[in-house]
Amino acid sequence: MAERLRVHVDPDKCQGHARCKALAPELFELDEYGNAHEAGDGVVPPGLEDKAWLAKSNCPEIAIDVIEE
Amino acid sequence: MSDATPPAAHPPVTDWVHDFDHTDPQWTEDPFPIWEELRAASPVVHTERFLGCYMPTTYEAVREIANDTEHFSSRRIIVRDVRPEVARNAAPPITSDPPEHKPAKQLLLPPFTPDAMKKLEPRMRAICNELIDGFIADGKVDAAARYAKYIPVRAIAHMLGIPESDSDLFINWIHMILELGIKDESKLLQAVQEMSAYFRTHIEERRSKPTDDLISYLMNARDKEGQPLEESHVLGSLRLLLIAGIDTTWSAIGSSLWHLAKTPGDRERLIAEPGLIPTAVEELLRAYSPVTMAREVVKETTISGCPVKAGNMVLLSFPAANRDPEMFSDADKVVIDRRENRHAAFGLGIHRCVGSNLARMEMQVALEEWLRRIPDFRLDPAGTVAWSQGTVRGPRQLPFLLGKAM
Ligand code: SF4
Repeated sequence: MAERLRVHVDPDKCQGHARCKALAPELFELDEYGNAHEAGDGVVPPGLEDKAWLAKSNCPEIAIDVIEE
Repeated sequence: MSDATPPAAHPPVTDWVHDFDHTDPQWTEDPFPIWEELRAASPVVHTERFLGCYMPTTYEAVREIANDTEHFSSRRIIVRDVRPEVARNAAPPITSDPPEHKPAKQLLLPPFTPDAMKKLEPRMRAICNELIDGFIADGKVDAAARYAKYIPVRAIAHMLGIPESDSDLFINWIHMILELGIKDESKLLQAVQEMSAYFRTHIEERRSKPTDDLISYLMNARDKEGQPLEESHVLGSLRLLLIAGIDTTWSAIGSSLWHLAKTPGDRERLIAEPGLIPTAVEELLRAYSPVTMAREVVKETTISGCPVKAGNMVLLSFPAANRDPEMFSDADKVVIDRRENRHAAFGLGIHRCVGSNLARMEMQVALEEWLRRIPDFRLDPAGTVAWSQGTVRGPRQLPFLLGKAM
């Protein structure tokens, strides 16, 4: 069983649609160009799992991975 | 402009699969069944019109092309009847290919981040309310002409630092470029020249009196070597921001209101649950995506198994991709609380719309303010809804009756 989730943004794929930031502001940060990276080490705090999956399924560039650890 | 090509006649389409034409009145009126027919035939279809043009019909084929900058060039972004020489710095970065693309795009990104847009929100709310004040007492309104149209034009004018009162001038140029210009070269050239002259005057003014708007921002920008941008680049980007900023969002707001006018269930739900508006905006963007871009095939390749040959244009239809049932369940239905929505309304790949955060904010505010003040409205059966032609799809005439039905 998955113990915890981690999100990761592939910087080569991300084009700054900012969907992740809108749907899961706790899990993603944007740089000055509006491109995203995961907040901190990307570990998803308990209770935010749904938001992690939602961000992944709404990223038009398929740039977000949700890793089950 | 006597040397320009006269407007071409387009015979009506009888065979959509082999002879499609996105300027045909039938397509303008209701493109959705046509896309379904094309998609059932092939992931990539071809027409001899427009000097040879492909159209990817599936999300996957659109994605492949959008991400393939080796075989597909962005130097021409509108499918037209003619292919004049490509002007340098036509409208960077949308007309730029790698490697010029990245620096040109990075220049424009910072003023359009979600945080930057948040600062603009109060001004947008004020604009929407001013517009509503202008017609709410009349009991009826053309919501495209008197509401949707002026929201984006005033927003971008505000950002560029040019008078919002010149809105009608800008709207006319956009119409000449994006609609009339597909078939009439002289209209396009005239609009581009007038626009450039207009911006040159503003650039001149700012030389003695710098401002904190986007025109000054571009004038002050420096490249990696510390050099200012060429004037043609500044002008090209200004033209792009004005052209891309207006018609697109006007269309998206118009289509959204059109949907809500004829779908009372969705309208009532958004009034009861305003928190759902951002999700609904994404779905309305998917279902009624306004923008179809173009590419030019510069090297022969294969897309979704279909060979494509150099020298042809590509009608890169993000709207058709967004209706692909392989990608979206119930793709032909508007599901305002759709949770999984990877729609491509703002494009895919490096040419993702720079203004997407602005457009989203405008749509959200425009719907919030409208629904707050005008919860009841419907299509006026005595009027006609009219749609734009070609590159950007949206209602240009949207007659509504306001208030509860008697
Ligand atoms: S949604 Fe995807 S493309 Fe957009 S900012 Fe997030 S990771 Fe990047």
